[in-house]
Amino acid sequence: MKIIVVGCGKIGATIVDSLTAEGHNVIAIDNSPSVIEEITNLYDVMGVCGNGADCETLSEAGIEDAELFISVTDSDEMNMLACFLAKKMGASYTIARIRNPEYNDKSLGFMRHHLGLDMAINPELLAAREFYRLLKLPSAAKVETFSGRTFEMVEIKLKSDSVLDGLSLIEMRKKYQVNVLVCIVQRGDKVFIPDGNFILKSNDRIGITGKPAEILKFFKALGIMQKQAKDVMILGASRTSYYLAKMLLNGSSDVKIIELNPEKCKQFSEYLPGAVIINGDGAQQELLLEEGIKNTDAFVSLTGMDEENILISYFASTMGVPKIITKVNRKEFVLLAQKLGAESIVTPQNIVADILVRYARGLENTIGSKIETLYQLMDGKAELLEFIVSADCDIIGIPFKDLNTKSGTLIAGIIRNRKAILPSGEDCLQENDKVIIISSTLGMTELSDIIR
Amino acid sequence: MNRKMVLFLTGKILQIEALLLLFPAIVSLIYNESSMWAFLVSALFAVALGFALTLIFRPKTDVIYAKEGLVIVALAWIAMSLVGALPFYISREIPSYIDAVFEIVSGFTTTGSSILKNVEALSHGCLLWRSFSQWIGGMGVLVFVTAVIPNLSDRSIHIIRAEMPGPIVGKLVPKVKNTSRVLYLIYIALTVLEIILLLCDGLNLFESSVLSFSTMATGGFSIKADGMASYSVYVQWVITIFMFLAGINFNLYYLCIIKRFSSALKSEELWTYIVMVLVSAGIITANTLPLYDSLSDTIRHSAFQVSSIITTTGYGSTDFNLWPSLSKAVLLILMFTGACAGSTAGGFKLSRVVIIFKTIKKECQRLIHPRSIRSVKFEGKAVDDITRHGVTAYLGIYMLCILGIFLLISIDNFSFETNFSAAVSCFNNIGPGFDAAGPLSSFADYSAFSKIILSFAMLMGRLEIYPILLMFSIGTWRKNR
Repeated sequence: MKIIVVGCGKIGATIVDSLTAEGHNVIAIDNSPSVIEEITNLYDVMGVCGNGADCETLSEAGIEDAELFISVTDSDEMNMLACFLAKKMGASYTIARIRNPEYNDKSLGFMRHHLGLDMAINPELLAAREFYRLLKLPSAAKVETFSGRTFEMVEIKLKSDSVLDGLSLIEMRKKYQVNVLVCIVQRGDKVFIPDGNFILKSNDRIGITGKPAEILKFFKALGIMQKQAKDVMILGASRTSYYLAKMLLNGSSDVKIIELNPEKCKQFSEYLPGAVIINGDGAQQELLLEEGIKNTDAFVSLTGMDEENILISYFASTMGVPKIITKVNRKEFVLLAQKLGAESIVTPQNIVADILVRYARGLENTIGSKIETLYQLMDGKAELLEFIVSADCDIIGIPFKDLNTKSGTLIAGIIRNRKAILPSGEDCLQENDKVIIISSTLGMTELSDIIR
Repeated sequence: MNRKMVLFLTGKILQIEALLLLFPAIVSLIYNESSMWAFLVSALFAVALGFALTLIFRPKTDVIYAKEGLVIVALAWIAMSLVGALPFYISREIPSYIDAVFEIVSGFTTTGSSILKNVEALSHGCLLWRSFSQWIGGMGVLVFVTAVIPNLSDRSIHIIRAEMPGPIVGKLVPKVKNTSRVLYLIYIALTVLEIILLLCDGLNLFESSVLSFSTMATGGFSIKADGMASYSVYVQWVITIFMFLAGINFNLYYLCIIKRFSSALKSEELWTYIVMVLVSAGIITANTLPLYDSLSDTIRHSAFQVSSIITTTGYGSTDFNLWPSLSKAVLLILMFTGACAGSTAGGFKLSRVVIIFKTIKKECQRLIHPRSIRSVKFEGKAVDDITRHGVTAYLGIYMLCILGIFLLISIDNFSFETNFSAAVSCFNNIGPGFDAAGPLSSFADYSAFSKIILSFAMLMGRLEIYPILLMFSIGTWRKNR
């Protein structure tokens, strides 16, 4: 598919990376020659240097037959204009990054309609939602929800003295009587899609699917249950912190935001009257202690600097904060942060990249079963996909035990009439089911791809 | 330095060369010539060596940077030339290995200089291999490799950049692989068209293919002792036109295919090229008018020669050694400029010439208004300083190389005109020079040393100097550089 990406900053580069890995023909537009040179050196893309809202640049990039047009420059207005022009000049689908909170209220629908925008993405809002999910279920290192929220996938890291050490999955189920499915295990650099005889070890990172209530039961049984975070400290006043604080305040949590810039503090105190805004340097340990970091339920570091986020999170963990979430923008730092003990790491551009990859795959398969959601698991080594089963799907009605599925793929759950089913060998698919697939072979576009 | 990847790719290229060697083998088989065995043995050797390299050096990662791209290209071209020379040597049609290497380097680099005193004595297989090597070298072996090998590397752009001549190498379509395919398809289409046009005049398939391979690659290997002189007027005009077409940037053909004619016609380099050809042909016509019987003959010979020299093909429709000095001087200047970047032609490239002239103009204006700031524009876009410095530095190193080669081959004590034109001609991948290196003579009388130097000159000229230089600098091969 021919895809044009305007703006090759952090988000743009991640999008280009994911889309080229999917095998699409990507054309990158940026107005800085050095950025274009860098991106064409790193990825197999064509670079066009120029203004993404300039008709000449767009036609040089071949807008007439572009299927997807994505504009993710710094400026919302620029993105909207570029997408508007792109649509008028022939792009089939357009996606703009629109992140200003003022555009993200009721007027968004109106604007989208009149600009012909097919999707507006707001990375900050998406990231805030992910932070919020994690704060609601602090035991998990990562939480993904599916349509209807009847089903969840959570990642946890087993402690070094975990009670699960040495148990096979069948034994685990018997012992704890819980209805959850361990669907993926990361051990060291390797990722496994386990079967019943798989034996868990300490320090594994495991992914579990199941109904939210069952997952909670499982956490309780393991003795790692933590209550929802009620008292949250946020470092840095960014757009993400704004959205997150708003969600937390609506859920009647206490929110404390620490920010160095007095202007921003003032703004935040206007927008978020319920939150406590502290003007000070979050890198000062004394300040954090004074503001009670030792007694807070959760600590979220959201400054613009990855290094600061990682180090201050490390400090918070030594102070015994039960839940720490670190925002890390640069991919290279994620592994480093994990080595420093950070369990929950959120990388906003990966969330966006996942959504766009799903969108692009959805465009490619317009007839078969539609992809509803797509998440990358375990640093992109595996994928989780949610399909809506269409009537013409050729595996409808066949019990799973008779299906010859590829190795490294797993049917992790079915949502039927808003009810979650944890699949066994006797179950089979029906039309309009939502089915959740976990696969270590990347790039599935069709449900029938799971068959050997 | 990802040494394994470099050697792995070199192995892959030898495997591909083995496949290419089968083509002349088939022709030899058709003509029932004993040289077939020479091709088969060489192909076998190339396959064995290729597989050995790919098996021993299996790269852990396919990540490459610009320097790997340059070294891969240099090493691949040298390996290909050394193996490609084998058929001539094994079949004893060129008894000296150094001569055989000179001949095949002259082929791959699309130079067209020959050490053969009597071309007509060669077997059909060898004649085809000479011209076919030009055809492959014209668009680039690694461009071919990126077009056919799936999932080479995400960064194969570095390889293409190192092999494609010109100051700025961009992509036509988002993927390197598809870009290479588009280029080769245009190339094949033009070649086939020329073969058909030559067939129309009654040339046989072998002759028209061999001539077309050499023309489209701007190579200039002829299969007759008198070059192109004995062909009909029609054939000479067809070849004139196709040499001219091969000298145009192939990106422009792509723009025409996707129906963006106006952007293709806006190309500054194209117009410079057309004007240069017309003006030079005009001067030479006026200058050589007394030598020929009719005006049409004069126009044909001057157009043919101008087209042949500016595109660095090097065919001769007449012995231009006998032309007056002014005409020879014009040809010598054309030898330096070359044709468009992104074409199959060699030389300094017109785009660089244009950028240099604009830079000179800017510097002159700075003398008048010391504080003025002006940007140099080319093809409607500002040329950034890095490109501009690259171009001026290239001019320097280009001149130094020519002088160095000239100095080294002067040991052989030919006339000044011979040596200088030979150095310029080989370095710019043209073929013939003047005097004893003229269109009707050969390089056979040069010493073995000079032949080696000239072979390197041709490689350096084709790959635009840097890859070869980089390959021979020790720092490149150190582990942590």
